[in-house]
Amino acid sequence: MTKRSLRRGAVTTAALIAVAAAPAFAQDEKKEIQKYQQMIAEGSPAELWELSGEELWTKKQGPKNASLEGCDLGLGAGKVKGAYAHLPRYFKDTGRVMDLEARLLYCMETLQGRSDKDARARLFGNANKPSEMEFLVAYIVGQSRGVPMAAGASHPKEKEAFEMGKALFFYRAGPWDFSCASCHGEEGKRIRMQDLPVLSEPPGARKAYTTWPAYRVSNSQLKTMQWRLNDCYRQMRFPEPTFGSDATIALTHYMAVLAKGAPYAGPGTKR
Amino acid sequence: MAGPMKARAKMQGNYADVRVLMSHPMETGQRKGGDGKPVPKHFIQNLTVKLNGKTVIEGEISQAVSRNPVFSFRIGGAKPGDKIEISWLDNKGESNKTETAVA
Repeated sequence: MTKRSLRRGAVTTAALIAVAAAPAFAQDEKKEIQKYQQMIAEGSPAELWELSGEELWTKKQGPKNASLEGCDLGLGAGKVKGAYAHLPRYFKDTGRVMDLEARLLYCMETLQGRSDKDARARLFGNANKPSEMEFLVAYIVGQSRGVPMAAGASHPKEKEAFEMGKALFFYRAGPWDFSCASCHGEEGKRIRMQDLPVLSEPPGARKAYTTWPAYRVSNSQLKTMQWRLNDCYRQMRFPEPTFGSDATIALTHYMAVLAKGAPYAGPGTKR
Repeated sequence: MAGPMKARAKMQGNYADVRVLMSHPMETGQRKGGDGKPVPKHFIQNLTVKLNGKTVIEGEISQAVSRNPVFSFRIGGAKPGDKIEISWLDNKGESNKTETAVA
């Protein structure tokens, strides 16, 4: 708590200075931020998450004492290479469109025989208690590096998810009457000194979608796309969305389809 | 109980560019935990880099370094195929090491 309010205090001071200074100074600051972003991207601790995730992927656990190696992520049982680039997609066995996180929960329950409660025990980690989900996601997305994004977009359920994601993106609600588009719907918006991409257009969606999930320096943890959406909804003061729900999957699917063709560049590093 | 560690080394002209990632909490001793008590100091103190078994860098680092640190450095006179070993030792006496070959 103390750390949080301290950080907020520091940020406010920085913002005041930025407002008071001349535009030329703001330009310099922007360059410095870009330099910083480049520096943190060069050696990403996300790779450490990938290593731990690979171990968890092959670790036998749960009532069935099984590993996740037989999990079908869409390209066939146990096929991990390039699988993330083809997600979210429609899965015949569940009859719904699923993203990586929802599919992992499904595999934990079906292959390892774990209860829903157990599989969801720690969806978001922190420095003291890391999350199994975040490790697994790091490993799997890392296996799609360089693979062009190609989320499923032909099945009627996939088309439905895309349309639902689009509707949710522009849906205004909550005490502030915000939608995703309030911040990510037009050029030139920012939060503090972070430029916000326009996620409803392919260039912005490509840039953002191919660098998430990402290691966040401020949390010193790797964060998943489901976490990203959860936190956006928190910032918009919406009720907390359910992890792996049709709504969050639809939003993910909307961005993934817009990012089509861009090679996956993550897992990235973010401030 | 040390987490994973990963190193990469690549020739850049006449030196090897080495990059190493390590998992470590790097607690400064200044932070308070959820229970309001200070979190004990726990940070890497020594960093050693060996080229083909010979120590080429000995570094002393402190609390000022972030959690899960990333280091990069250049080693002159290295050749492709040379073995680089990187190890750390923290204030609790825990250690870890990793090896890589110069590519």
